[in-house]
Amino acid sequence: MKQAISINVNGVDHAAEVEPRLLLVHYLRDVLGLTGTHVGCETSICGACTVLLDGQAIKSCTMLAVQADDSNVTTIEGLATNGDLHPVQEGFWEKHGLQCGYCTPGMIIAASQIIDRNPNPSRDEIRHGLEGNLCRCTGYQHIVEAVEYAAKKASA
Amino acid sequence: MSKYVGERIKRTEDPRLIKGLAHYVDDIRLPDTLHVAFVRSIYAHARIKAIDTTEAANSAGVVAVYTGKDVAEKVGPVPCAAALPDLKVPDYRVLATDKALFVGHPIAAVVATDRYVARDAADLISVDYEELPAVVDVEQAAQGGALVHESFGDNIAYKLTSGEGDIEAAMKSADRTVSQKMVHQRLAPIAMEPRGVLARYFPGEEELTVWSSTQIPHLLRTQLALMIGIPENKLRVITPEVGGGFGSKLNVYAEEALLGWISMQLGKPVKWIESRRENVQATIHGRAQVGTVEVGCRNDGTITGLRYDVVADLGAYHQLLTPAIPTLTGLMLSGAYKIPAIQMNVTGVFTNKMSTDAYRGAGRPEATYVVERVMDIVAAELKMDPVEVRRRNFPKANEFPFHTATGLDYDSGDYEAALDKALDLSGFKSLRAAQAKARAEGKLMGIGISSYVEICALGPSQAMPAGGWESATVRIEPTGKVTVMTGASPHGQGQETSFAQIAADELGVDINDVTVIHGDTAIVQYGIGTFGSRATAVGGTAVLIAIQKLKEKAAKIAAHMMQCDASSVAFEAGKYSRQAATAAAAGTSEPVVPVGEAPAGALPEPQTNGRTSLTIQEIALAAHIAKEIPPDTEPGLSATYFFEPKNFTFPFGTHICVVEIDKDTGAVKIVKYVAVDDCGKVINPMLVDGQVHGGIVQSIGQALYEEVVYDDQGQLVTGELMDYALPKASQVPWFETDRTETPSPVNPLGVKGVGEAGTIGATPAIVNAVVDALAPYGVKHLDMPLRPEKIWRIIKS
Repeated sequence: MKQAISINVNGVDHAAEVEPRLLLVHYLRDVLGLTGTHVGCETSICGACTVLLDGQAIKSCTMLAVQADDSNVTTIEGLATNGDLHPVQEGFWEKHGLQCGYCTPGMIIAASQIIDRNPNPSRDEIRHGLEGNLCRCTGYQHIVEAVEYAAKKASA
Repeated sequence: MSKYVGERIKRTEDPRLIKGLAHYVDDIRLPDTLHVAFVRSIYAHARIKAIDTTEAANSAGVVAVYTGKDVAEKVGPVPCAAALPDLKVPDYRVLATDKALFVGHPIAAVVATDRYVARDAADLISVDYEELPAVVDVEQAAQGGALVHESFGDNIAYKLTSGEGDIEAAMKSADRTVSQKMVHQRLAPIAMEPRGVLARYFPGEEELTVWSSTQIPHLLRTQLALMIGIPENKLRVITPEVGGGFGSKLNVYAEEALLGWISMQLGKPVKWIESRRENVQATIHGRAQVGTVEVGCRNDGTITGLRYDVVADLGAYHQLLTPAIPTLTGLMLSGAYKIPAIQMNVTGVFTNKMSTDAYRGAGRPEATYVVERVMDIVAAELKMDPVEVRRRNFPKANEFPFHTATGLDYDSGDYEAALDKALDLSGFKSLRAAQAKARAEGKLMGIGISSYVEICALGPSQAMPAGGWESATVRIEPTGKVTVMTGASPHGQGQETSFAQIAADELGVDINDVTVIHGDTAIVQYGIGTFGSRATAVGGTAVLIAIQKLKEKAAKIAAHMMQCDASSVAFEAGKYSRQAATAAAAGTSEPVVPVGEAPAGALPEPQTNGRTSLTIQEIALAAHIAKEIPPDTEPGLSATYFFEPKNFTFPFGTHICVVEIDKDTGAVKIVKYVAVDDCGKVINPMLVDGQVHGGIVQSIGQALYEEVVYDDQGQLVTGELMDYALPKASQVPWFETDRTETPSPVNPLGVKGVGEAGTIGATPAIVNAVVDALAPYGVKHLDMPLRPEKIWRIIKS
């Protein structure tokens, strides 16, 4: 039995009838075709599926689409404004904050929340803030530098 | 002239990745795609008495169900490319037939209209198992007891002895011998993108396309063609964006063949995306050796001989390279040292577990760990400084090429220079002083060193199962854009950028005019792929030499166009010029129609009358229009080169790790980490730093956190990322990295490779530091992972 939901994703209203068990990440990827949000573990550990739900970073692999009814979601595709990269996206490019790129969208979303909450985070605060996001390639150092770059850029 | 090579050039791959617009396998959506879910064994060892698929097959949305019986005669076995004397090779069917041999062994495949429906239906399949005794402990398995493969009569897949020199004499001549048992625990590679396959068959054209998250598109195509019986030239393998591999995608998996075959049966696209649970169960594991090392030394610290007796846990079946991995350990047992006699006795053993195979480092981390732990054990035995023991046994810089008792010829090196640089960078003397002070205050602080050497840029074809070369085609298009096609298959390493750096410099063009294409067998000439720290050293060299070939042709055309002799044409900064003496007599050198500004529908005519210099891009246009080329020259401007290296390369370096241990919890904190690596010439220092950082963190994972655990029933206890502990950002230190640069003589780029340095060099530095910290408790060795509980128990006992 399908349920009607209405979710604003990246500034656009979407209405759909979905199965109650449909995961939010599959709604974003399979129904809306926004494949930038990835699935890495299905258990909320790796953070590849991180999106913003009403401004809060959440793991979309362990939330149902119906739970996101009537809310605003921002995915990696919606982070740039008018074609300009978000400072965190720019930081990842400048500082080589990614290799294979699979964790990157979730990492960037989580990092954007870190600097939203704390415009001038220390390295320890950045690392702590990224505990819910795993990267197997970079060893995190360039990611930390990317977030530092973004914080500086955003508050400039 | 180098404008790009050696510089920190930002990656051309990144814009699509940071915007979320890249395409991994699951991001490719084709109309009418069906989804596949697998039923996998819940037992480590069981007879499959019956499988009831009726309810699943009758479910709404289910299109087909296949069991082992349905495919046994249709799809060939999962291949093993490793060849060893008297190797036992079990018949590895893509779906289990009569027995399941590990938890996660695929038993049935369900095809449905939706991934949720496919999963539901898989749960409706009932398998009647008769549980059999599981073979779990590798040392016991080597002795006998229950058998993984009854027909073999024992669990021994092979036994091999390797090494040179008289080991018995070496041990006898030693002042003392020490031995230590060491466990290299089983690890899961855990690429962040699990595996995934999309297959689409066009029945009319009889063409199959397989998108797979793999490191070896061409080798996969060849093997899949053999497995499913489709002509290789009707099969196209595409590796779209690949979310990490670390060796786990250097393989040919049952699911890849099965998906291709199912698409051919149904005439529709079929997709399977591995869940993380499946990934830990049924994607290859790494390491898993239990060995005892015995070393002879003189009282001054000189090593006289080293013997390593090891059992390697191969798992239930051979994947592509499974049995070969421990042989790489044998090759590297000389480490960075002159050891006159070395012997490895390896026994490859079957167990009821997932196969082990190449995980980043692939057999070499085990060797480095053995040797670097031994250096510290010898130092402790002789009450010497671990730095001095290492120094005493290094070959000197003027002794290269250096022949080892494992049969290798190290290409080039200066091991002391890297050690000295690491000691300087770490402030080693003051670290020892700080440690003395900490100990006096009752604190636990340890300093660990690892001076490693690795075997990379795999490798000469003689040493490889399926070719050790790499290929490149470089083409300059009529509009002057440069297309580089590489047989390497980068999946995060950044060769779309670093190969463009090489090409742009060599051609004297703007890097933005270069595009690097890889991972599509219909576009790219045959290649080998990305693994074994080989892509830049072997594949980058192929790019370089292909360009040099292309330029020979371009020079001939240039001479023809400028009406001079080829010998009087010089190339610099992207231009061919008539040399001064003859140029003075000719006219202008201004281009008349800039490349790329042709009127719509027509190619610009190159205006060359009287010109004394021409850009290589103008020559490319002329080569395609072909009105002004020498009569004996083919039109077009492209060249292909297959580079076969004459030897491996041997990168090296020294890592220094400093740890503090919390006495109350046993938790290890890395407080300082210095890495000095020598990977030969560096194309892009930013990418090299990234490779080093990432490798070290995987080493931290092995040293401190990670372990694939099977219980005594062979149940996989660490089946999710909730149980399998990957290092987090907050658990790893800031790395101080530096380099020495000893070019490799093996390739004209001088590149050695860096992809595995971190996982090979770092693990023993971390463990040596922890053991050093615990020296006050009389600890001489500890097996990984060094989790708090293990250390807490030592402190409390």
